[in-house]
Amino acid sequence: MSEPIEDLLRRVAPQVLGVLVRRYGDFAAAEDAVQEALIVAAEHWTRDGVPEHPHAWLIRTATRKLVDEHRAAAARRRREENVALEPPAAPVPDADDTLRLLVLCCHPVLSPASAVALTLRAVGGLTTGEIASAFLVSETTMGTRISRAKAKVAEAGAQFELPEPDERGRRVQAVLRVLYVMFTEAHTSSGGAGLQRVDLAAEAIRLTRLLRTALPDDPEVMGLLALQLLTDARRPARTGPDGELVPLAEQDRTRWDRAAIVEGIGLAVTARRAGVVGEYQLQASIAAVHDAAPTAADTDWAQIRTLYELLERVTENPVVTLNRAVAVAMTDGPEAGLALLDEVAPKLVGHHRLDAVRAHLLEEAGEPEAAARHYAAAAARALNVPEQQYLTMRAARLRTR
Amino acid sequence: MTRFMILTKYDGSVDVPPMSEWDPADMEAHLECLRSLNAELVANGELVEMNALTGPDLAKIVTADGAGAPVVTDGPFPEAKELLAGYQMVDVETEERALEIAAAVSAAPGPGGKPLGQHIEVRQVMFTFSADV
Repeated sequence: MSEPIEDLLRRVAPQVLGVLVRRYGDFAAAEDAVQEALIVAAEHWTRDGVPEHPHAWLIRTATRKLVDEHRAAAARRRREENVALEPPAAPVPDADDTLRLLVLCCHPVLSPASAVALTLRAVGGLTTGEIASAFLVSETTMGTRISRAKAKVAEAGAQFELPEPDERGRRVQAVLRVLYVMFTEAHTSSGGAGLQRVDLAAEAIRLTRLLRTALPDDPEVMGLLALQLLTDARRPARTGPDGELVPLAEQDRTRWDRAAIVEGIGLAVTARRAGVVGEYQLQASIAAVHDAAPTAADTDWAQIRTLYELLERVTENPVVTLNRAVAVAMTDGPEAGLALLDEVAPKLVGHHRLDAVRAHLLEEAGEPEAAARHYAAAAARALNVPEQQYLTMRAARLRTR
Repeated sequence: MTRFMILTKYDGSVDVPPMSEWDPADMEAHLECLRSLNAELVANGELVEMNALTGPDLAKIVTADGAGAPVVTDGPFPEAKELLAGYQMVDVETEERALEIAAAVSAAPGPGGKPLGQHIEVRQVMFTFSADV
């Protein structure tokens, strides 16, 4: 079976954009032209079939759009002569174009939310309408947001060239952060159930794979891809029939995606062998330990605890300490976990997860009343409906049993 | 068609404990009732949008005199029952239909399956601005 048109378009979109930016320099205008060309292609190809050379077809169409826009702009400025576009150079298919585009779209001057939107459009080949629906805003709003992001990148003087090697690592980190945010957005967004939405988790995985083709040996790129695969593998078991949250320990593990787990564990292992410890690899390793356990009771908590200790050192994030407290409770008993919570509590005042974890450990410690109180407190500060209902339900069960 | 906003508040008008103290089966029945009501509104093409807000503990109240720094007050607030919990924006044929929807929200079952009887506010919309229009 041939590749669906939508997948084909999304796959070649960054290549086409890379060629145009390389030839004509203007990222913002080239990006608009490619977006228009993609919309035209979707319509024509569905009707008339995919052309023999889809890549060349898109470059031609996008170039025409770009030229038209330059002429219109020139006319608007009442110039007599058209802006001369350089004659197209020979196509330079460049594997690094994808990396250049990602680095450009994930520019540090952008907020993560803006970078996610721009990346989905320029590198992901999604339409503004699709991105808008993924974030539950109108198409006009999303279009404006993307235009502003492009203007901001241009103002920052960003070039379509990779930064110097000493700067490059930091910029790749920024790309990883944006792809991480894109992925987590899929799990935490407040969108209503049953709405037709772009699968942000799948898009993030696809784009991270793309990044990996440009940086095949980078352990953090491998780590992030592994983390996404190992987390997404549990998606079918994570929610019940009414969208209610099913915690890890109660999930039906036969519903986990085995192929994704195998690939994720392989990547996590390869990344760890590189010997450079990073945030994403460590998170991936933790996910791998969970995913490798045939039942919740088989989980190797001692190993998870060690990994959280390492992650805590790398990130210095108090939320990591919360997770370590759960692992400590599993190896040394709930009281040890609760003692660790007391230590970290001052850094997490008002954070609903502190109450949620405390409630869980109090429940384990055989203190249902205190546990219910903390579940209710966590529910009062929850940020999404499934989590709020889950926490409220836990409190209710403890109080009425 | 006319737009109405159907608002649910943290209501002091009903004397029931917070949901975290209900029987889990009662909570399930309450949620199921609201789920099926919303599904019906979607199926009828009557639901424009719906928003559930985070709890009063996370609410902030801002007052600014335009000169000094704004005063930001954090929750929880003693008058929490006046705070909005969420709303449904519906576009319906008649006011009667809007009132019927509000009645269904109000009668959602509480502890022991007894209808809660919350005060639901129904307000006809006078002006709408959306970034798409």
